[in-house]
Amino acid sequence: MSIFVDSNTKVIVQGLTGGQGRFHGLRNRDYGTKVVGGVTPGKGGTDVEGIPIFDTVEEAVVATGATASFVVVPPRFAAEAVIEAAKAGIAFVVCITEFIPAQDEARMYNTLRRNYPGTRLLGPNCPGVISPGQSNIGITSGDIALAGGPVGIVSRSGTLTYQALYDLSQKGVGQTTCVGIGGDPVPGTNFIDCLAAFEADPETKAVIMIGEIGGAEEERAAEFIKEKMTKPVVAYIAGVTAPPGKKMGHAGAIISGSQGTAQAKMKALQEAGVTVAKNPTEAAELMVEIVSKLK
Amino acid sequence: MDLFEYQGKQFFAQYGIPTSPGGVADTVDEVVAIAERVGYPAVIKAQVQVGGRGKAGGIKIANNLQEAKMYGDSILGMDIKGHLVKRVWVEHASDIEQEYYASFTLDRSAKLHLAMVSAKGGVDIEEVAATDPDAIIRYHVNPLDGITIAEARDVVARAGIDEPAIEGVSEILVKLYDAFVKGDADLVEINPLILTPDHKVHALDAKVTLDDAASFRHPEWEQYRATQEYDGREKLAKERGLNYIGLDGNVGIIANGAGLAMSTLDVVNQVGGQAANFLDLGGGADANTMTSALEVINTDHNVKSVLINIFGGITRCDLIANGIIEALSRVELKAPLVIRLDGTNAQEARKIIEPFVSDKLIIRPTMLDAARTAVSIANGGDVK
Repeated sequence: MSIFVDSNTKVIVQGLTGGQGRFHGLRNRDYGTKVVGGVTPGKGGTDVEGIPIFDTVEEAVVATGATASFVVVPPRFAAEAVIEAAKAGIAFVVCITEFIPAQDEARMYNTLRRNYPGTRLLGPNCPGVISPGQSNIGITSGDIALAGGPVGIVSRSGTLTYQALYDLSQKGVGQTTCVGIGGDPVPGTNFIDCLAAFEADPETKAVIMIGEIGGAEEERAAEFIKEKMTKPVVAYIAGVTAPPGKKMGHAGAIISGSQGTAQAKMKALQEAGVTVAKNPTEAAELMVEIVSKLK
Repeated sequence: MDLFEYQGKQFFAQYGIPTSPGGVADTVDEVVAIAERVGYPAVIKAQVQVGGRGKAGGIKIANNLQEAKMYGDSILGMDIKGHLVKRVWVEHASDIEQEYYASFTLDRSAKLHLAMVSAKGGVDIEEVAATDPDAIIRYHVNPLDGITIAEARDVVARAGIDEPAIEGVSEILVKLYDAFVKGDADLVEINPLILTPDHKVHALDAKVTLDDAASFRHPEWEQYRATQEYDGREKLAKERGLNYIGLDGNVGIIANGAGLAMSTLDVVNQVGGQAANFLDLGGGADANTMTSALEVINTDHNVKSVLINIFGGITRCDLIANGIIEALSRVELKAPLVIRLDGTNAQEARKIIEPFVSDKLIIRPTMLDAARTAVSIANGGDVK
């Protein structure tokens, strides 16, 4: 089992004819993901290496039966693209676009919440989701993941997600699903959504959660873990040494006043019974220990 | 991007938010000319992006031409906490009956916009939030709906704003929301928002942070960008399109991805070192990006070693390796490089670097090993 996507998930790529869309869309297909179509307005009827292109998401859905979309379009068009997918009935949208204006992102999020509650958005500004051996939607390199579980991963950072996947795989511990929720201020899917899904997934036995400075999502996740989770969680929080008032790369990674520090997040997680690691490698090592005891 | 006060006031003016009549001056003559025009008493305010300028003597009230000249002269060129005052804002000093507070930001938890209004303005709002939280009224606005004048009136009345100011503050709150949304701001804040004895309401200060991601639809922001102040290192990094933040330590950091870069800073700290900077190459970095990064780090005289921490996803390690070798031929590096490469094409990358390995170019197998070596070198110890 896995969460959000599996081997049957049919995916369209919005922006498949662009440089990035083509590269990652084809890479996802090579991994085994069912990439059934692409959408680029004005290019309907053409194809990218045998993948049919449609003018609209609606046409693509009617023709292919896709239920997921991978949005790889520039920031100024991304919010509209996500909403178009939701309108067409797509249930799961992965948007990797970075630098979407915050006002657009807030409108996008609230439009989905109010008008299309059946659509889950992952991202924006995220690496996507991979259920190893089944489906990979996004920009994660498939070869660093290992199929078979039992670990679920949820992370706000792209490269730290890869680091965690790689460390676990190197040690022979597989993953059920690895979800990158992204570093933006208003992510469509948050830690709690993923933790709840992992808790409900019978094949996931333990979870690695990777957070970073800024916002209060990790603290809220800690509350959720304390109250609702039975599976062990190992966490790592990046940015212990980050200075206040400076955006650390991600739009969402900023300490303002006493809000959003790594220390506060680590404390909240520890109090919720989470094993907190000092660095990503230690997180993997701690997880290997936990997994060995499960068997 | 944080605006200076005078830019914030100009920004507000575009959305019809009233401010005191005034102008910007770079010279004493201009200070005097503006003071004469707006009338005395005139307040002269240093334009720096740092708190505590009043206490530092950067805000003065001139009652006549001589004083305008004297204060203009003393404030221009003043150093406030390391910020040189190159520009002042001069405006007619307002008579103040009451001081309020109003702002809009995005509430990340609620995923809605958040208005904050308080009758306790003119002081640090974080302090009010800590000592008297009930004095601040918080009101969520859904970006799909916006805020109506009736809703604004209700919020303003609940905040305990004085009767004669309710209409004025409410109108400004609606305009402030407009400025926040249409102006693509991350934060708009008026503190203080004042009521004058003749019962008029206007903004006495302006704090505005613009969302850089929205630059593409605001060509007019170029004027703001031209006045931004960066330290020398940050300026060069900006020109090269690198995501860089200068820090105080002596281990230079280059990583790909914000999370990994942040994590690298932490690990350096854990093994007893201090990072000289945060530098995220971003996704898909290549030889040029790497060369630029090394050039920027090379301008930092505090740097005693450079830790390059790459996990290839979209980024190909072989391209990074080529960039490192190319940079070595282009730039005379002052500090040894300690490199850790994993992920996409890491093996090829190590092969590219191996012939060049020396005590100035060191490869380590893991992030922790690399951090230990870099910190040891920076601290004047052996190459571990």
